[in-house]
Amino acid sequence: MNAILAISAAEFRIAFRNRWVAIAIAMMAVFSLVLTGAGSAPTGTLGADRLSVTVASLTSLAVYLVPLVALLMSFDAIAGEVERGTLPLMLTYPLGRFEILLGKFIAHLLILSLAVAIGYGLAAGAAIWADPRASAGFPAMLRLFWTSLLLGAAFVAIGYAISSLARRPGAAAGLAIALWLVMIVLYDLGLLAAVVADDGGRFTTRIFPWLLVGNPADAFRLYNLAASEATAAAAGIGAAAHAIPAAHALASILLWPLLGLGLAALAFRKVTP
Amino acid sequence: MASLTLSQLTKTFGATHALRDVSFTVAPGERVALLGHNGAGKSTLMKIVLGLIAHDGGDVQVLGAAPGDRAVRRQVAYLPENVAFHPALTGLEQLCTYLRLRGQPVRDAMGLLERVGLGHAAKRRIGTYSKGMRQRVGLAQALIGTPRLLVLDEPTSGLDPVSRRDFYATLDGLAADGASILLSSHALTEVEARTDRIVILSQGMMVANASLAQLRQQAALPIQMQVCARKGVADRVASSLGGVRFNGSTINLSFPPDQKLARLSQVTALADLVKDVDVIPPSLEDLYSHFSKQVRI
Repeated sequence: MNAILAISAAEFRIAFRNRWVAIAIAMMAVFSLVLTGAGSAPTGTLGADRLSVTVASLTSLAVYLVPLVALLMSFDAIAGEVERGTLPLMLTYPLGRFEILLGKFIAHLLILSLAVAIGYGLAAGAAIWADPRASAGFPAMLRLFWTSLLLGAAFVAIGYAISSLARRPGAAAGLAIALWLVMIVLYDLGLLAAVVADDGGRFTTRIFPWLLVGNPADAFRLYNLAASEATAAAAGIGAAAHAIPAAHALASILLWPLLGLGLAALAFRKVTP
Repeated sequence: MASLTLSQLTKTFGATHALRDVSFTVAPGERVALLGHNGAGKSTLMKIVLGLIAHDGGDVQVLGAAPGDRAVRRQVAYLPENVAFHPALTGLEQLCTYLRLRGQPVRDAMGLLERVGLGHAAKRRIGTYSKGMRQRVGLAQALIGTPRLLVLDEPTSGLDPVSRRDFYATLDGLAADGASILLSSHALTEVEARTDRIVILSQGMMVANASLAQLRQQAALPIQMQVCARKGVADRVASSLGGVRFNGSTINLSFPPDQKLARLSQVTALADLVKDVDVIPPSLEDLYSHFSKQVRI
């Protein structure tokens, strides 16, 4: 355990020195504050408290931003060690490859949780300051926080798998951005096109919900929307959110970090120093 | 029991034979130098010993177990060729990390850095270090704990002559305490003086495995003798010894090792005409080229 934490401490220090901690926090803080400002207009008409509306806005933001920050932090994890030539020596130390991954994982997750906590904290602070009823949205905010961490954990782990497969940081960066584009942007567009073409057929009723819940980003969005009635009203896929039990979405976001770590471990095992 | 036993070790990369039937052992307290041209298989052999890459044939026993076994890794230290570290960490932070990975107290870090002459730069980032300083961080991490086997790939590259001497003195201390040392080097002169045995690899095959004295005997390379004649008699000395004269007063002789004493008494007989004499045994460079050329595939 001490060895894993030694890797984490070194990794955190490196991320701190390379400004990654600052960049992640700044990104989350700026976007959260901008969304809070932009989301203040419809508060009165919806009748929901200010924080619940903030949570709805932050959910849409987190789906894009959390995986992006996670992938940006993790794509270099293995490929960078290979490129710098630091991997062979580390592999001769008495710790397993999975422990190396786990050490890095803890550090990256810590950075991500700092960034998300500060970003969401600022947004929540602004909401509570503007609306005394906002504390009603607190459970939703808490749920958003830990599901964001699970979403981030999934993409950090997937980033390690990409990093191990690519072996070179440049290729890993390209693959990470491509993966983000496919899983976060194109996936939903593709599903939407298929649903439209299917026109309420077997695909829409049977396969579509599984495909939706199978993507960690969609599962994250569904779970946060399904769990909060107030936010469902503000989102476009409210119907889908009702068609899929929240438990399925939760299972998906709980399983993905484990699946990601499994993939990363498999890919890392194939890296020859 | 030997710390390291290689028996008929074979490794191929595609059609290339990186190692063929390499067999040798390293005993506790023994310092063995691994020599060979670039691409002779030295680094491959070391990586197999460390369990970083798998071998195709033969058997490898490291401290009585398979290479790369976790219990074995605890007792084996490695210094890679061109050792690298993350540039954002300081030397002290990097060493503390390595100490924790080996389950050793981090308070040892400063002492280790001072031992390799890096105490003054301990709190500077490794990114600002010279190649020699990085190499010393590498040495410091190889000294953590009390390794029973040290595998050192070109350990003195980038070090100045004084640091090299200090480094070999450190190795002598470790070997005296019972550690086995397998090191590769291109600096043959330093290996010559500071190791117990020499293994020469050529195109993946082991062409020599013996002490320097034994290698000299096996190779039976001619011994050189330089005789410095007194003024004006150089030609006389040259003709009576049957040597080649060069630069005025020096006569060069070359003869098989078994003629050494006979030749010396010849020279002593000419004591009145001779100012000085030097006997030069074949250097490790000569032996190295002799053994490296033997391979015909």
